Amino acid sequence: MPSHAGIVVEKLEVVRNGVAVLHGLSLEVAGGRVTGLLGPNGSGKSTLMRSIVGVQRVRGGSITVLGTRAGSPELRRRVAYVTQAPSVYGDLTIRENLRFFARVLSVPAARIALALETVDLLGSADKVVNRLSGGQRARVSLASALLGDPELLVLDEPTVGLDPLLRRELWSTFHTLAEEGRTVLVSSHVMDEADRCDELLLLREGRLLAAGRPDELRQRTGARDLEDVFLSLIEAEQR
Amino acid sequence: MSPRVAAAVALRVLTQLRRDPRTVALLIAVPSVLIILLHELFAGREQVFQHVGGPLLGLFPFVSMFVVTSVTMLRERTSGTLERLMTLPLAKLDLLVGYAIAFGSMAAVQASVVSAIAFTWLDLHTDGPVWAVVALAIGNAVLGMALGLLASAFASTEFQAVQFMPAIVLPQMLLCGLFVARDEMADWLRVLSAALPLTYAYDALAHAIANQFDARFSVDVCVVLGATLLALLLGALTLRRRTA
Repeated sequence: MPSHAGIVVEKLEVVRNGVAVLHGLSLEVAGGRVTGLLGPNGSGKSTLMRSIVGVQRVRGGSITVLGTRAGSPELRRRVAYVTQAPSVYGDLTIRENLRFFARVLSVPAARIALALETVDLLGSADKVVNRLSGGQRARVSLASALLGDPELLVLDEPTVGLDPLLRRELWSTFHTLAEEGRTVLVSSHVMDEADRCDELLLLREGRLLAAGRPDELRQRTGARDLEDVFLSLIEAEQR
Repeated sequence: MSPRVAAAVALRVLTQLRRDPRTVALLIAVPSVLIILLHELFAGREQVFQHVGGPLLGLFPFVSMFVVTSVTMLRERTSGTLERLMTLPLAKLDLLVGYAIAFGSMAAVQASVVSAIAFTWLDLHTDGPVWAVVALAIGNAVLGMALGLLASAFASTEFQAVQFMPAIVLPQMLLCGLFVARDEMADWLRVLSAALPLTYAYDALAHAIANQFDARFSVDVCVVLGATLLALLLGALTLRRRTA
């Protein structure tokens, strides 16, 4: 799998409900790495992710995903997307949900157990999703994205509300996926997750505040804590 | 379009229905009870029941599938699953055909049970074959499904979706010619009824029940099929990959 072709966003402009959310945003996501998209709520993380997977109407600019224009039909097999709110069928069991997505993706049913194991849900596969906790539902949604053989995973806050142990395991799963040559883009509004990423993109008010490896950003700002890095970058910009 | 994906969608919708046995029970019990009620209501006037009974059992699936589909599709739109599906290798047609297969087979069960009750126990009489009435009932269910799918695009809550039933279905029921013959309607009502698909659905049923498979019957069937396709096409246009 080629690891160079990630995502290239150029001058992306998105307007939602008459309000500009992304103002000519340009950035790059390296292939074969775990990139964290960080920023407070409302900074445009979800909108950027929706644009990358091709479900967001955009006003201007261009996005190239794995060497192809974002939203083109051939990418639907190569890109997996997990929305922020778990998008699975609440009235079905976990297994029934995964079986449906496996059929749509035309992947063998054997992958279902594998995906469930990754998110630690194998034991409750026959539970109806509506009876699960929010964290479990998020994991079902994530498992559905792991079913296929995606080259790019776009995960919108996949670890929110999860138990710390599981969170650590999921982050190691993301790194395993990246080591296999896949590109992983994970958004978060929690700064303590930033250190688990290979690369960081700091987003604020629809603009890219900074990009780079965590230690690079620390060096640049002189701050130790990534929360402080973010603050000093904001202050530097306002000065 | 891929038959495999359409089948996956149909199977999924049927599994969802199976997980909701109360809805399935209501889908079958409500029209059954209504047709029995109608029979008892016109106990002394057998010919009234003979006149409305047959067409009504052919129109029930239209009403039920309209409501069930508009709510199911609205859930798909609001729960984010539609957005997820739009990022997957799934054609819009797969989704629509899958829905049609699932709700069409549900309608087949519904129409068969209600027909069995009406034609055996309630002595409903038909000159034409019973299977033709059941087949038309399934066709009407798919029409109801297509209109429900389209209506769901204009609702943002389940309350609104349910309100589309009296708004879109009831006027068509009143004007289709079942309660007042179309010849006896005021001119403007007759013109209005000619523009509504259920008028043709009713007329086809009346013809099948009278065993009159003439040119008029063929026209009726074609109009119902055409209206179904048009509604599905418009419904497909409301399923957008990219949204604001």
